[in-house]
Amino acid sequence: MTQAAMTGAVRKTPAASRLTRQRARAAWLFLAPSLLVLILVAAWPLLRTFAYGFTDANLADPGAAAFIGFENYRFLLTDPLWWRSVWNTVFFTVVAVSLEMVIGTIIALALNAAVPWRGGLRAAVLIPWVIPTVVAAQMWGWMYHDIHGVLNEILVGLGLIEAKLAWTADPDLAIWAVIFTDVWKTTPFVALLVLAGLQMVPRDILEAAKMDGVSGFKLFFGVILPLIRSAVLVAALFRILDSLRIFDVIYVLTGNNERTMSMSVYARQQLVDFQDVGFGSAATSLLFGIVALVSVVYLMLGRLELMRED
Amino acid sequence: MSRFPSLALACLAALIFAGGGRTAGAVTLSMSCGAVGLELELCRKAAEAWSQESGHEVKIVSTPNSSTERLALYQQILAAQAGDIDVLQVDIVWPGLLGSHFVDLNDYIGAETVEAFFPALIAANTTAEGALLALPLYTDAGMLYARQDLLEKYGLNMPDTWEALTQAAEIIQAGERAAGNADFWGYVWQGRAYEGLTCNILEWVHSHGGGSFVEEDGTISIANPQAQEALSLAASWVDTISPTGVLNYSEEEARGVFQSGNAAFMRNWPYAWALGNAEDSLVKGKIAVAPLPRGPEGESTATLGGWSLAVSRYSKHPELAADLVKHMTGVAEQKRRAQESAYNPTRPALYQDADILAANPFFATLPEILDKAVARPSTVTGRHYNRVSNAIWSTVHAALSGEAPPESQTEALEARLRRIGRGGRW
Amino acid sequence: MRLGYAQRRRLKRIGFWALAAVIVIYTVFPFYWSIVTSMKTGSALFSVDLLPPDPVWENYHLIFAEQPFARNIGNSVLVAVAVVALSLALAVTAAFAFGRLRFRGRVGLLLAILAVSMFPQVAVLSGMFTLVRWLGLFNSLFALILTYLIFTLPFTVWVLTTFMRELPKELEEAAIVDGAKPLTILTRIYLPLLVPALATTGLLAFIVAWNEFLFALTFTLSNEMRTVPVAIALMTGGSQYELPWGQIMAASVVVTLPLIALVLVCQRMIVSGLTAGAVKG
Repeated sequence: MTQAAMTGAVRKTPAASRLTRQRARAAWLFLAPSLLVLILVAAWPLLRTFAYGFTDANLADPGAAAFIGFENYRFLLTDPLWWRSVWNTVFFTVVAVSLEMVIGTIIALALNAAVPWRGGLRAAVLIPWVIPTVVAAQMWGWMYHDIHGVLNEILVGLGLIEAKLAWTADPDLAIWAVIFTDVWKTTPFVALLVLAGLQMVPRDILEAAKMDGVSGFKLFFGVILPLIRSAVLVAALFRILDSLRIFDVIYVLTGNNERTMSMSVYARQQLVDFQDVGFGSAATSLLFGIVALVSVVYLMLGRLELMRED
Repeated sequence: MSRFPSLALACLAALIFAGGGRTAGAVTLSMSCGAVGLELELCRKAAEAWSQESGHEVKIVSTPNSSTERLALYQQILAAQAGDIDVLQVDIVWPGLLGSHFVDLNDYIGAETVEAFFPALIAANTTAEGALLALPLYTDAGMLYARQDLLEKYGLNMPDTWEALTQAAEIIQAGERAAGNADFWGYVWQGRAYEGLTCNILEWVHSHGGGSFVEEDGTISIANPQAQEALSLAASWVDTISPTGVLNYSEEEARGVFQSGNAAFMRNWPYAWALGNAEDSLVKGKIAVAPLPRGPEGESTATLGGWSLAVSRYSKHPELAADLVKHMTGVAEQKRRAQESAYNPTRPALYQDADILAANPFFATLPEILDKAVARPSTVTGRHYNRVSNAIWSTVHAALSGEAPPESQTEALEARLRRIGRGGRW
Repeated sequence: MRLGYAQRRRLKRIGFWALAAVIVIYTVFPFYWSIVTSMKTGSALFSVDLLPPDPVWENYHLIFAEQPFARNIGNSVLVAVAVVALSLALAVTAAFAFGRLRFRGRVGLLLAILAVSMFPQVAVLSGMFTLVRWLGLFNSLFALILTYLIFTLPFTVWVLTTFMRELPKELEEAAIVDGAKPLTILTRIYLPLLVPALATTGLLAFIVAWNEFLFALTFTLSNEMRTVPVAIALMTGGSQYELPWGQIMAASVVVTLPLIALVLVCQRMIVSGLTAGAVKG
């Protein structure tokens, strides 16, 4: 309110409007390098994919692609396997991102507190993110093995489960195996971003709150969370974008199994395994549409400060 | 090479051609065979031998171990019509998929050379129009591994029917569990939703006399009572003689269970023999191999696997590349590979070679298995093969995991294949 | 039952440590397990001993002997460092424009940049491949540096914009009155305050570049140009099916250690946050 009033007031003087114009010009200069790079790198591949979505292009004979309008999309929308993969992806995203946000925030709070061996702890927590995803997923696959997997060994040893479980083979457990692995792998990302947010919180605010006797949950939800809201929302946004495109963890752990198939696995199967460039491109374009829709809704609901035009 | 000369390009050129120094007239071919490790080492030796003979150089390009990733990489390079790889190592089911990018080796290689290979392997690499797209480098066939010591302990013979296998597995499993090994299972195989499951299914169905999904003339044959029986039997194994986990096992997971002494029988490729008999193996010296069992009305079958070498159509030197392929698949190199690390030769004559048999005694059983080996329907279905295989493994996987009744899945699969194959016209 | 203050405090502390312990085990155990696995060979790989029964170092020797693995690590470092430097340089200027300057189409552009990271990787792969060839960058590290920006740039721009907006306005107002140019404001006023955010996003971008597999596999061809994840994926055993598990784990351990060192070095920057207490309000 006050800001808007101030901006209105400033605009009235000619000097200020010259300043506004100068700053707007500067903005485009500052943006130019990033935009140029993105256009160079992304524009052609992305537009090409969109265009292929309307053809029957095939990798075996890429020259002979005919325009077939919305035929690919029509088929896609009636394919039960596509809808199953959409549902799998959404379920995975909701569960995994929620867990990642909660655990990541707890880790960030712990790292931000003056705990002993903070350095070691921080390095320890980051380890999962450093291991290449392909390797990490294989490693978990090995740990999940029903007979000589270490996970079953430990859980049975601790008396938590009675018989060894087939983590990646049992249709009901497989999606959870995927979730545990992804949460393990990407929580550090969330933790680091939230931590950076926490460190931008001025100490004096925390001191003042503590002086007033605010502590624990109240301190976190009442004081800290509102201050790091943007950081948390952006971290969650990028996790959501990544999760909706989840591929390698699922692919390595359960392959092309239809029970755990995600949208990206579906699209890859069409593009690579079936060489169906046209249909696969349509699937990825629709995936893009879904991701874009989710992001826009998320940004609207989240009322991210970043998005405010002022 | 590029329309954009730049500093970056200069650096690139320097990087690519670093250590070039080639003599005039000599050509450098690049070949993908194997990845890092033993396979690459063998490949390098073979390529060096050719270099000595021909005076041309060979650069080895290593490609991923995982065959799906390797296929994806080839597709990118070939679809861009790039001649970066002259000779490609391809899976036996790929020529149908990638065939349009390969040269017809008949143009470069004489019939007498081709005749020295197993006819089934040549057939799998030949298109319906008769173009020979690749020469077989080494072969593979599914076989049955058994614990000889346990068969003896329980007074059982090597099972030759699936029924006998099921019974033997039940007996041994019950006995070993009673003896204290709670993790012991009767039979492990490859049940993950992937190409390997298609290989297993083909063996079950074909050995029951249920055909091979799509016959050579393109007819879809899967909906028949024998196939139904085969699938019902396989589904009955899960959680009785095979762990539920088998539904996500590929070759290595199955080998792990067998080699750590936790299974009586295993279906696997020949590679598991040497590893199972390695110094530190828990089942060393206790393994017997045999052809896979048969159903009541069928014959023992093995799915034909293996890798071949093809020449890219975008190669600048196809005749040299074909000569390299001829050398790589020749008698001397196959013998070297067989002796040094038990790769299965693709020429029948080599299975009578005394040196090879001395190095790998179990090779004596292989010709029998290879004779009865059936190919997956990759030639007839051509570029649809991956779709076909995917339909096969996913419908059957649903039956195995209890999500669909096995009896209905042959019909479901038939319908799916009919849709993919446009009613058998392919 | 009511607890006294001291008891409650102790309970809380125990709870905190228990939680920390669970989290640490969850994150560290798989890495520990890969260390254990890397010291096994042959059949020992299929056993589940929490300590390697007789540790062998052969795998560590083999990964360097059978391939130019040191070179691969060098490639990865080079690519990741270049990607981080480029992303941060580009993103910080863009974030300044997005976060601090007012212009038309700001929100639309932000969304457009975000949209770049909404495609699955496999969808852009073949387009990217033709682009890379057309630029003559095939089989060179430049191809990776350039294409990785498609992953790192959207996210660094967004994160840095967020932080840029969190910084108090009062800081620059004085400078504007003094007639400072935007570039001066960015480098003199904001950049020092953004160091923790830069360190964090830089680290995240580094790891994205470090872990990338699909592009690295497709855009490079010779072993000398491979990066670490591809080099690991290329390891094979004696045959098509055998997975040299011990070596793969040894390689993962080897490449993880320098990154842990990097984190330990970076964290001084990460920790030195806004302890000075900015005038946010």
